Amino acid sequence: MKAITKRFQYFFLSTKGLALVAIALLSLVTAIWGTLSGPLAEMGINDITVRVLGMDLVPAEREGRLIMLYHSIAMTVVAIQVYFITGIMAMKKHERATINATVTVGYMFALIFGMLFGYFGHNWIYHGLFIAGQTLMYFGGILLAAALWPWKKEYYIQDPKSEYAHTKGGMDLERAAFFAMAVTTLGSALLGAIAGANFGNGFVTFLAEDTVRDPNKAVLARAVIGHLHIMVALTGVAITLIVGKWYDFKGILHKIAMPSMIFGSIILALGCALMIPAQYYAHLIIYVGSTFVLVAGLLLVIYGWGRLVRDRLAEQGIEKASFGQKFKALFHDPVKWGATWQMVYMNFCVTFVGLFMAAKLDDIIRRLPLREERITLTGHWHVLAAIIATIMLLYFVDLMGLKGKARKWFGWLVIISSDLAFGAATIFALKRLFVSESDQQPLVDTLDLLTEIGLGLLLIVIAAFLVWRLIDLFKKNGRWAKELSEVDL
Amino acid sequence: MKRTFFFLLFVTLLTAGCASSTVEATPPPQIDTGVDPDSWALIPAGEFLADFTNEEILVDYDYQMMVTDVTNAQFADFLNAALKDGTIKIVGDEIMGYYPGDIFREYRHEEEYAAGDYPLMPLDEEAALRLDFDGTTFTAKPGYENHPMVMVTWFGANAYCQYYDGRLPSAIEWEKAARGADGRPFPWGNEAQQTNANYYHSNDPFEDVIGRMGDTTPVGFYNGQTHLGFETEDSPSPYGLYDMAGNVYQWVGDVIPYQHYRLLLGGAKDVYAVRIRVWVSNNVEPVYFSPNAGFRCAQD
Repeated sequence: MKAITKRFQYFFLSTKGLALVAIALLSLVTAIWGTLSGPLAEMGINDITVRVLGMDLVPAEREGRLIMLYHSIAMTVVAIQVYFITGIMAMKKHERATINATVTVGYMFALIFGMLFGYFGHNWIYHGLFIAGQTLMYFGGILLAAALWPWKKEYYIQDPKSEYAHTKGGMDLERAAFFAMAVTTLGSALLGAIAGANFGNGFVTFLAEDTVRDPNKAVLARAVIGHLHIMVALTGVAITLIVGKWYDFKGILHKIAMPSMIFGSIILALGCALMIPAQYYAHLIIYVGSTFVLVAGLLLVIYGWGRLVRDRLAEQGIEKASFGQKFKALFHDPVKWGATWQMVYMNFCVTFVGLFMAAKLDDIIRRLPLREERITLTGHWHVLAAIIATIMLLYFVDLMGLKGKARKWFGWLVIISSDLAFGAATIFALKRLFVSESDQQPLVDTLDLLTEIGLGLLLIVIAAFLVWRLIDLFKKNGRWAKELSEVDL
Repeated sequence: MKRTFFFLLFVTLLTAGCASSTVEATPPPQIDTGVDPDSWALIPAGEFLADFTNEEILVDYDYQMMVTDVTNAQFADFLNAALKDGTIKIVGDEIMGYYPGDIFREYRHEEEYAAGDYPLMPLDEEAALRLDFDGTTFTAKPGYENHPMVMVTWFGANAYCQYYDGRLPSAIEWEKAARGADGRPFPWGNEAQQTNANYYHSNDPFEDVIGRMGDTTPVGFYNGQTHLGFETEDSPSPYGLYDMAGNVYQWVGDVIPYQHYRLLLGGAKDVYAVRIRVWVSNNVEPVYFSPNAGFRCAQD
């Protein structure tokens, strides 16, 4: 009994345990629900999943099911980010405990009952508990914002010459950036919640990507599109800030990046909210906000890569390094480098593609059938979301203390497999630029194969990591016991 | 050793991707499905449940729709007749026909379609076209006579229907004809199986021709008979229309205001089964043509 209690303590009282449980649940959902579409569905695996699990998939309700799936997964991802944030930001012990407890119950209710309601018949108690879970997540967000309140004097930076961004009065601008991200996330969640509750009332469901080119979007459609975009963007902001802490981001670039991130988050959120009353101006404002956020991300990458090189060379005791040595030093730790590399790669798969498409709106996008446009846009934000997930994963394995050769293998395999998959998916999404429908099949087959190899390899790597940690849990004095002993219970 | 392995893997992937052919294929087997492409079905006036929300919509008049998509043989006959009487003409690599134009409101990003000649179909897309042209006469390619006409623009579809005193159905008329009054998601019922329709990876015999993207199946293929060893279920709509889901998208007459896109309904051979649900629509500018887009006509 004591052994079980100890393990439960590890799972639910330590940042590492909480994140591990959430990532394991996400992996489980991904593995099972991944069989319902794509190549596994083509092989007929979906029929087995549906039959074995007793799923109830009414064709008319597919969009609603996907919305439940997106929200269930999103709540879990947000919970993981909250664990990371409460683990790295200074706050009172009771604040950390309360926030973690609230979001844990919240995401678990949302994930479990959301999936039950979406895929296993419409028991309205499930739906109520799904909503209750989301509400708890929201409440957890309020608690997080309160804990991050940047005007608390005890968190002010006392040293006026500190290398970390701060105001003249000493307010920690990094903390303010986390706070701004938390508050804008809360506001943006409301954008979806109010619109969904008032206009959709639970019975009108559609996927945002199905309404993209409709020139006369209804209020609900505009709210949903605004909500979707800002939530993904703010998840990106959150992980960028977390990675900044991981890299110990500081100096002049930090002092430019943090205000930029604060302005960017606020402007982006306002721009997305403006989608409802003023769609045209909303786009202009969103471009401004995105630029601020992207600049902050770029500065982190510039700082981070320099830091990686300096740290490694110092570790090796090399004072005057050649270009080759610096180059090697940059790639020494693929886990840490990978987190910022993925941010750079994201620009090739998401940002530059988005800008190109926006610039060529009349020449390309408006010439495509809706289905092609939908594929392009769905690919665009799925790749963005997945890249954010890989960055979180790299941060997580560092947190879990993955070291040595396993760390190198894990890092490189995550980078190579995910970039292969995302690159192939991006080319697939853009295929109409260089191949006609009649001639596309060889290219589509190749890209499908590359995407499947990449994603398959990525899932195997994650599974290997989770199995390693699962085996560890069966050991009396495994890593988990050591990690638990480090927690201030 | 490792390098050799990865090099070989890379080469294998590349060659695997480049090995397949394009849409052009050897002539498909001739299959007479027994469903007459010249037949029409009556859709009686009345309410039906529209869209996935099952909104009650009243269509207060009777109308008729073709039981199948317009076939290559039918379209070839139209081209020959219309070329002969001057209704349409060949200009460069396109067949052109007159269209009286859409209402133009000078809306943002609005494309103007003024009165004038517009392309009905291309002549230079030989790999995807299912018609042969010897300089004077169009004929369906052997084996494709009773396959749905593809590579036809909205203008081409509209011209065909009007030539025979018909019209393209409206989206509402099309949906009612496809699903009847009871709110079903597929013309034949509530679930889509590989024996019901031609969709992506539905394993019909024509999928072997050019890989997973597949080829069109003859109109009325899913009629409960076994073709080339492939067993089908009889899958008409409640009003007896075949292929209202899958095989090829169908142009309908609606003009989307301001943008002038035209709707393509019914899904096609290269989309997953979820996208052949009767309310799922695609849309595009009317000059678009595709190996996945065909049409059928309606009349009052």
